[in-house]
Amino acid sequence: MRLRWSWRGSDMDRRVLIGNIAISEAVKLARVDVISAYPITPQTIIVEKLAEMVDSGELNAKYIRVDSEHSALAAVYGASSGGSRVFTATSSHGLLYMYEMLWWVSNSRLPVVMAVVTRSIGPPWNIHTDHQDALTVRDSGWIIGFAENVEEAFDMTLQAYKISEDKRVLLPSIVALDGFILSHTAEPIDIPSQEDIDRWLPPREPLPFVMKPGEGFAVGNLGPDEVTMELRWYIWRAMERAKRVINEVDYEYKDITGRSYGGLTERYRVEDADYIVMGMGSWCGDIKEAIDMLRDEGYRVGLLRIRYIRPLPIQDIIKYGSRSKAVLVIDRAVSMGYGGVLAGEVASILRGRTPVKGVVAGLGGVDMRSEDFIDIIKRFIEEYELDLDINWLNTYWIMKDGGRG
Amino acid sequence: MYREYIILSRGGQGGVTASRILASAATYEGRWAQAIPEFGAERRGAIVRSYLRVSDGIIKRHSKIYRADGLSIFSSKILSLIDIKREIPNDLTLIVNSPYKPDLEGFKEIYYVDATSIALKHDLVLAGWPIVNTAMASAMAKVFNIASIDNIVKAIEEYFSGEIAIKNISAAMEAWDMVAR
Repeated sequence: MRLRWSWRGSDMDRRVLIGNIAISEAVKLARVDVISAYPITPQTIIVEKLAEMVDSGELNAKYIRVDSEHSALAAVYGASSGGSRVFTATSSHGLLYMYEMLWWVSNSRLPVVMAVVTRSIGPPWNIHTDHQDALTVRDSGWIIGFAENVEEAFDMTLQAYKISEDKRVLLPSIVALDGFILSHTAEPIDIPSQEDIDRWLPPREPLPFVMKPGEGFAVGNLGPDEVTMELRWYIWRAMERAKRVINEVDYEYKDITGRSYGGLTERYRVEDADYIVMGMGSWCGDIKEAIDMLRDEGYRVGLLRIRYIRPLPIQDIIKYGSRSKAVLVIDRAVSMGYGGVLAGEVASILRGRTPVKGVVAGLGGVDMRSEDFIDIIKRFIEEYELDLDINWLNTYWIMKDGGRG
Repeated sequence: MYREYIILSRGGQGGVTASRILASAATYEGRWAQAIPEFGAERRGAIVRSYLRVSDGIIKRHSKIYRADGLSIFSSKILSLIDIKREIPNDLTLIVNSPYKPDLEGFKEIYYVDATSIALKHDLVLAGWPIVNTAMASAMAKVFNIASIDNIVKAIEEYFSGEIAIKNISAAMEAWDMVAR
């Protein structure tokens, strides 16, 4: 046990943990009832650690071993239908293998929470991070958040239960953390006490329904077409309400931990910024350091960090995007034939308001330093000020040499 | 204070754990730290890089380290396998696991500690290999002023328990005393 400190009378424990272990600690504090998972790098340590916790009795949960990721999500789908609080985790090809079950879960409105440790999709075989895997499920009705550091991955996991189980939402959540960069990096994190979490996150209410033995009940049955469309409309509205719930939960979490991130987005030095950078995930920390250095040189630039891509923080993108001269979106995923995934979304929102430039970088785990971001941001500002063609959505690929022997 | 370090080790020598122990020990000092392993297609015996950042304030960046303040080499044979000055071009302090001071040009300072003999003496052998990580972590903590020996011991206790912890602590204390310039 580590340095202890208090926030308004709450006890916190400072430990140095890798992202994967931090996620498993959050799942333990959430007192999940059922875990099912199949191992895949770089996620495996999360579910190994949870298996150890269940084995030692530290965590009173049922651990279901399965033959694949498809079965893992199917197992927690069933358990969640029975009223349990559940967890699973995966990466890359494992997430793709779950794809069908993802829609069963969201269309059934079950508050499943899953960690996606982001990893490039092969071929070529690659275990390092990009955001392509998590973004393949963008349209499925899952809430999708991206963490910047180990502590936020922990916080986002706990918050995911509170958000998903809120009766205004009742949708599943993905907590995405960058493979290796967060999953295997050890950093200090302050862990709240079980008592504080128990007070803040009570056991799951039996919503939206609970299947019980002996009670006749049909879920996902064939129905009139109009019912299908009506159920989609309810999901649409729940996703809209989730925006407010995410902001509320992030704000109230501060009472326990002193930590709050700004809800759907984090605003970093944006208030007086002429230029806004937008991005997601761990490299936002490197971008913040780049912004600090650029500010010292007199560039008025800020970062709007997109914490949740679903539901998309449209209001924040309009608010901060439209008051800036131009917006730069840095993506770690690409929609082939169109552009960066986030850049496409931001450009569609800001069309007619603010020019948007998209940059695709860091695919397959290509390392990006603060110095790289300084170069990218400076070039973007120069192009804008020289009145070059930053019209709607220009996509640039940042390529690096190396590793070719 | 903000410092960056690189560890070059062989897969199986414990380089990743060494950087994590140092991150924990630095945190006990009231500092902020970050231990980043560089995983790839490595297997046992391959050269593995681990990174360590130590700072008085929160570290936001997560990229790899290219220009380190200090470099620690867990197997002196690595020195003849790669061109260190090409890999890490800046002026830095070096610590090598070696029974004698290596004859090298172009470093700010060179320290050495015979971590292999220390590991063997304390029976720290796994699958036929001496495990040098706790001895090397301790030497790094001293030379780079990352943490006190007390906090290195506390950090080792987070990673090992029982008899294994005692052996590792003994190795760390011996390396602390033996590391030399």
